[in-house]
Amino acid sequence: MKIHEYQAKEILRQYGVATSRGIACFNVDEAVNAAQQLGGDTWVVKAQIYAGGRGKGGGVKIAQSIEEVRELAGNMFGMQLVTHQTGPDGQTVHRLFIEEGVSIVTEYYVGMVVDRDSQRVCLMTSAEGGMDIEQVAAETPEKIHKLMIDPIAGISDDEALDMAAKTGIPDAGRDEAAALLKGLYKAFDDKDASLAEINPLVLTADNHILALDAKMNFDDNALFRHPEIASLRDLDEEEPLEIEASEHDLSYIPLDGNIGCLVNGAGLAMATMDIIKLYGGNPANFLDVGGGATAEKVTEAFKLMLKNPKLEAILVNIFGGIMRCDVIAEGVVQAAREVRLTVPLVVRLEGTNVKLGKQILADSGLSVIAAGNMADAAQKVVRAAENA
Amino acid sequence: MSILINQNSRVMTQGITGKTGQFHTRMCREYANGQSCFVAGVNPRKPGENFEGIPVFGTVREAREATGATVSVIYVPPPYAAAAIDEAVEAELDLVICITEGIPVRDMIRTRYKMRGKKTRLIGPNCPGIITPDEIKIGIMPGYIHKKGRIGVVSRSGTLTYEAVAQLMEQGLGQSTCIGIGGDPVNGLKHLDVMRLFNDDDETDAVLMVGEIGGTDEEECARWVKDNMRKPVVGFIAGVTAPPGKRMGHAGAIISGGKGTAQEKLAVMEECGIQVTRNPAEMGKLLKSALG
Repeated sequence: MKIHEYQAKEILRQYGVATSRGIACFNVDEAVNAAQQLGGDTWVVKAQIYAGGRGKGGGVKIAQSIEEVRELAGNMFGMQLVTHQTGPDGQTVHRLFIEEGVSIVTEYYVGMVVDRDSQRVCLMTSAEGGMDIEQVAAETPEKIHKLMIDPIAGISDDEALDMAAKTGIPDAGRDEAAALLKGLYKAFDDKDASLAEINPLVLTADNHILALDAKMNFDDNALFRHPEIASLRDLDEEEPLEIEASEHDLSYIPLDGNIGCLVNGAGLAMATMDIIKLYGGNPANFLDVGGGATAEKVTEAFKLMLKNPKLEAILVNIFGGIMRCDVIAEGVVQAAREVRLTVPLVVRLEGTNVKLGKQILADSGLSVIAAGNMADAAQKVVRAAENA
Repeated sequence: MSILINQNSRVMTQGITGKTGQFHTRMCREYANGQSCFVAGVNPRKPGENFEGIPVFGTVREAREATGATVSVIYVPPPYAAAAIDEAVEAELDLVICITEGIPVRDMIRTRYKMRGKKTRLIGPNCPGIITPDEIKIGIMPGYIHKKGRIGVVSRSGTLTYEAVAQLMEQGLGQSTCIGIGGDPVNGLKHLDVMRLFNDDDETDAVLMVGEIGGTDEEECARWVKDNMRKPVVGFIAGVTAPPGKRMGHAGAIISGGKGTAQEKLAVMEECGIQVTRNPAEMGKLLKSALG
């Protein structure tokens, strides 16, 4: 799960991470009030969307007067902010964060992720602050410093100071930087984060260390013990279909193609998309109905796929293990009746109760194109979509 | 032989009294020698009870001491599953298979840290389990699709593994052991660990390796295969069409920072002499052809 910058900063401040001062707003008047409340003569107006790259897309602007704050906020609310992470349509801006201006001497990068090889949380820092860190990692990996954190002991004082020194933070800022790194890890660990990023971390003209930006993602599997995080979920930032899918406990990801896939199991679902592509088609979605699907869940899955206007054919690929093919078949029949299926449907069933499942489909009177194996199914659905 | 488990393995179920634990313990008991293999259950709140004749103990250690079970399978719900693994490790079991999906990564990081230097091997979490056909199955896979034979299967997923097994069967090829190592980012045995075991197993002639996007386990395994493997290995990687930055069902199936793509994995596997197919319908055929 993702949260907004201003929310991440609020969490980090609880762990002693120093951030620039700011106030979140939902309309222009609030933005103006926020600027007045913060005082000073320079403000930063920042669009709050989950995607990164906001600055380049025009979502971060400097204002030198209250009037300018009003004007920038007016332009930014409701705009479709396009960044390299949003996709071509961009993301609508509903929230702004007004921050005080900070006089910056140097920018650094700080990040934390779960490192799968060492099975620990990895702290990464770099003197290349403000840059796209993936590019730095690809082109000049020697400029990124890493620390694999001991999950029991956390980051020691020596480790934190050492990382600050390696990152090139001058003596005057090192103690503050070390404290910030330790606080960041404490927040990461306490809140079950899956990613944290401060880019940039800055050294100010008066030798303080501040998090100028902040990003935190959280482990969905741990939200049960963090209602305070779960409550921050912003549905405006999510695809409506993905929200609907999550309500039915379906794993659904929309794609660009025209062939809907309904599959049990994540690996088989990916393989099904792959084989559609291999035979010249384009998958419209990833959809894993999971191991415990009921007829109702299959019906919901059909409804989801059919909301896609580009959809021209559907492939159901089920390998029944614990999930029985007859249950899936009943779900398919029920769905086809409820939703008025308007596109060709190819069904491949294999595994537990496969004969019964096929019989149910055959007896239903539906025009189902039966397939014998994955290759046959992919070829048939690609042809059906072409003729649609 | 076979790897890790056989008909002489003695197994306890942690979480035996839950709906999932009951259902699958019953299914496993009905498979091949399951009746003599599944000897104990664990539930801290229900010691002294029994599940269809299987005695339930309050702790893993008690279950081990009373029945001699050295293998455990875990169906405990996600908030408590990592602690269940810890308990099995502390009781010095040989093998723990954790089926539970949805364990927080933070819990698994701590559990894996505590497992350093311990004898216990872990399969999973978020996996279908392990089966040595016609001897014993520990997990949730449909037993009847398998048959005893000489092909090893290792995979990160569930149903895609069943698909692979079905394709082997179409080619008349039975399996020595099939292992689903699970779809989580922080887990126990990896492709490489399982590959070593298959390499040393007299009853395995070749290995089918099924991977997916995310992480670099498949690449590491491939590099090891290049220098060490004495048997043919063929592979498939799911997710060539998966968009970056999206979690494809499994917690660990995600391309992040441009790393963990299927193309990269396939390329490394080919460089290391592993025959791969991009067609998931041809895994069985490819393995058959590799046997020569």
